[in-house]
Amino acid sequence: MAYDTTTWEVVIGLEVHCQLLTHSKIFSGAATAYGAAPNTQADGVTLGLPGVLPVLNKTALEYAVKFGLAIDAKIAERCVFARKHYFYPDLPKGYQISQYELPIVYEGHLDVELDGADGKQVKRIGITRAHMEEDAGKSLHEGYVGQSGIDLNRAGTPLIEIVSEPDIRSAAEAVAYLKKLHQLVVYLGVCDGNMQEGSFRCDANVSVRKRGETKFGTRTETKNVNSFRYVEKAIEFEIERQIDVIESGGRIVQETRLFDPGTGETRSMRTKEDANDYRYFPDPDLLPVVVTAADIERVRATMPELPEAKKARFIEQYQLPAYDAWVLTSEQALADYYEQVVRESKAEAKLCANWVITDLLGGLNKAGKSIAESPIDAIQLAGMIARIADKTISGKIAKDVFEAMMAGEGSADDIIQAKGLVQITDESAIVAVIDEIMAKNPAQLEQFRSGKDKLFGFFVGQVMKATQGKANPDAVNRLLKEKLSG
Amino acid sequence: MHTLSIKELSDGLRAKKFSSRELTEHFLKRIDAHDGQINSYITVTAERALKQADAADARLARDGAHLLTGIPLAQKDIFCTLGVRTSCASKMLDSFIAPYDATIVQKLHLDAGMVMLGKCNMDEFAMGSSNETSHYGAVKNPWDLERVPGGSSGGSVAAVAAGLAPVATATDTGGSIRQPASLTGLTGIKPTYGRVSRFGMIAFASSLDQAGVVARTAEDAAYVLQAMSGFDPLDSTSIERPVDDLVAGLGDSIKGLKIGLPKEYFADGLADGVRDKVMAAVKTLEGLGAVISEVSLPNSPLSVPTYYVVAPAEASSNLARFDGVRYGHRADGVKTLEQLYKRSRGEGFGAEVQRRIMVGTYVLSHGYYDAYYLQAQKVRKLIYEDFKRAFEGVDLLLGPTATDVAFRLGANADDPVAMYLNDIYTIAANLAGIPAMSVNCGFVDGLPVGLQLMGNFFSEAKLLNVAHQFQQATDFHRQTPAAFA
Repeated sequence: MAYDTTTWEVVIGLEVHCQLLTHSKIFSGAATAYGAAPNTQADGVTLGLPGVLPVLNKTALEYAVKFGLAIDAKIAERCVFARKHYFYPDLPKGYQISQYELPIVYEGHLDVELDGADGKQVKRIGITRAHMEEDAGKSLHEGYVGQSGIDLNRAGTPLIEIVSEPDIRSAAEAVAYLKKLHQLVVYLGVCDGNMQEGSFRCDANVSVRKRGETKFGTRTETKNVNSFRYVEKAIEFEIERQIDVIESGGRIVQETRLFDPGTGETRSMRTKEDANDYRYFPDPDLLPVVVTAADIERVRATMPELPEAKKARFIEQYQLPAYDAWVLTSEQALADYYEQVVRESKAEAKLCANWVITDLLGGLNKAGKSIAESPIDAIQLAGMIARIADKTISGKIAKDVFEAMMAGEGSADDIIQAKGLVQITDESAIVAVIDEIMAKNPAQLEQFRSGKDKLFGFFVGQVMKATQGKANPDAVNRLLKEKLSG
Repeated sequence: MHTLSIKELSDGLRAKKFSSRELTEHFLKRIDAHDGQINSYITVTAERALKQADAADARLARDGAHLLTGIPLAQKDIFCTLGVRTSCASKMLDSFIAPYDATIVQKLHLDAGMVMLGKCNMDEFAMGSSNETSHYGAVKNPWDLERVPGGSSGGSVAAVAAGLAPVATATDTGGSIRQPASLTGLTGIKPTYGRVSRFGMIAFASSLDQAGVVARTAEDAAYVLQAMSGFDPLDSTSIERPVDDLVAGLGDSIKGLKIGLPKEYFADGLADGVRDKVMAAVKTLEGLGAVISEVSLPNSPLSVPTYYVVAPAEASSNLARFDGVRYGHRADGVKTLEQLYKRSRGEGFGAEVQRRIMVGTYVLSHGYYDAYYLQAQKVRKLIYEDFKRAFEGVDLLLGPTATDVAFRLGANADDPVAMYLNDIYTIAANLAGIPAMSVNCGFVDGLPVGLQLMGNFFSEAKLLNVAHQFQQATDFHRQTPAAFA
């Protein structure tokens, strides 16, 4: 952190727009799939034709409730859709249907591990509210001379806007909160979490104040920062910019700013003075939404095991260290993968965890692939670990087998077979090799026997080299000790 | 043929006295001959009507025809009709060919097999009480061509009154079915809010808008309203409740029926001639066994100001979609986005529509919302409670529909507030969401006078029967303007 944290305190609140993973739009039957040809997913309601009316998508409502339950929030018994007015070509009706005074979800929170791994330093971030609303379309300014294109495919896609309390005190905390939130919505299956496609977007409200000050400073809102890294950069830039302005005698203007990923800077988009008066009022086309206790229980019954609970279970059931459990439960797909490996390999859970965390995730990370894109599926990895467990191959040889599997050379058994990697456990064979090595290296043997213990490693290396690493390491150690000591 | 009732037309078609094509041609000829005088249609869909008539004749020849199959009807130009211009009487939508059918269009034409003669003139976006705000010119009252037919459903009532359609659809946001029905001697009914789908009806004020029918008799209205009503999953404000049989109870005695006269509806401002006719009608109903009493709707005087906050607020929002971007009028030669909006909307909307958009924008603005919109919503609740209390003691409420008979064209042109006061007796039913109707109860200086009946939620059948009983005892509804005999 480049600023003086003893003088300055940073106050951050985040607004996250999260696209709900429904097949159809929030108020019509039009499809929501990403990437279709422009305006092929725009029906009459999406286009805002005269006379059309909105009808609420029940799944969108259910997803919003699901999210509310996951953040331990209150679910409004009665919530109201409101119209938010402004003119823009990608907003077909001249208003966005959103929620204003009575949102579906309010007063929730998220516990965020600030040091990431061991969960020792946990901070609770309040979530003021999460409301349902429709997304706008897209204006396309490139490729049209003197004109703009409008694509309304995205218009009407269901969103929840998740508004945090101003509880966040640094860019790092902001990122930790966002990652946790992202993990949660993906776990819940209510959002695909794809930040590039805009399924999970963040606006950051940032202000600074002198430590000890009780009033908040004037805040700025930085729009649409679409990766965790950009959020961090945008907030850090904004903190330093605000401190600079204040320290050089200026005042912060309440405004909306835009982050430029190219320069890593934010720039002013519009000030409060030219902000819209949205003229919110309850949408008379939609009746207030009533959610009963029975509705809530019905949704609760569909809740998946959430990251916290899963992590605790992994520690308990698989006797894993907290770090391993944390990594393995970071994504639903990874957790499922790991559990399948344990089940199929019947090997020790910790051994499986090591292979998944160190080798598999390491390899995927290097290849820039997700767990879903892994060249080795859980059954294949389990097959390899089973060969370690039954001592067919050593852990060291397994590394080579794993590499070959990553390269798509087939199953562990195929590779072991083809490359003749089966471990040598026949002690007479190992003894024969040891005898040969001792005969070839009389000088080293002499030195070892006169007290140069370090040479033990030399002999191990020679044996392993002679057996192309296939000799069982335990047997090699034991037999070498016997033979060398004479 | 143009003086026959819906029942007579239906029977005639079945008895092969005439075909739907002959019937349709008859009305098309009358439109051709007479509409030049009254301007009741914006678009006449002759070719399409004849095709529908032929299809209806084929359906009548088979089994499974609906009682309304083959009977012509005029649609107010506020309902979207697939492949036909749907203008809402606005320059904004002069070029708009609807790509879908409104639910009621589906029900009346595709399901019941009625024939659409054309799209009726109206006040622009249904904003007006005289049909003078139409982009397509004013509609004239068939009873006196110097006078207005009322609004906003002025084209619908003029067409039916002049015998240019047997029946027509209409819409009512603050009296737009009842006041024009009153001024042209027709029967018009606005059902309970949520009874008829609003899907495909171009919105003016969503929480007040309700579709209904204008016809010569309560019986005719009952047949058509029956076919239009019902729950629609495409309209979230539509009510999931079976539709009563509106026809079966026509003929029930009204002996013992308790009718309340709200004293506020007979106070200053009501023309003496109208008061006399309405009181004569009360005597008639009393003669049929109704029990009359005076009631009070103390918040009635607040109806007009409340309405003129709520309706423009919703209108300003509903009309925001007309921006020149996707359909409708787009100004030429614009350089910037702001110009596109300002000029397209400035050119596309008429003065009254612009006035209401401005009023509505104002009352929803930051700092004014609480004082106007929120306050109006509170008063709206009081008005609803007035009715709730009244219906604890009486079955129906009765009063005048309008303060006076039809006024002269241009008479209120420079005084919007005087124009707004035309709806003083009709607005409360929209604010409360209850059904209400207007029935001709006589003439003053040759001009029709309307009697208004208001009932509790879903009392359409009861309202229609009282109107029907009244029409059985009187012959006002049989009179037609001489020039259009």
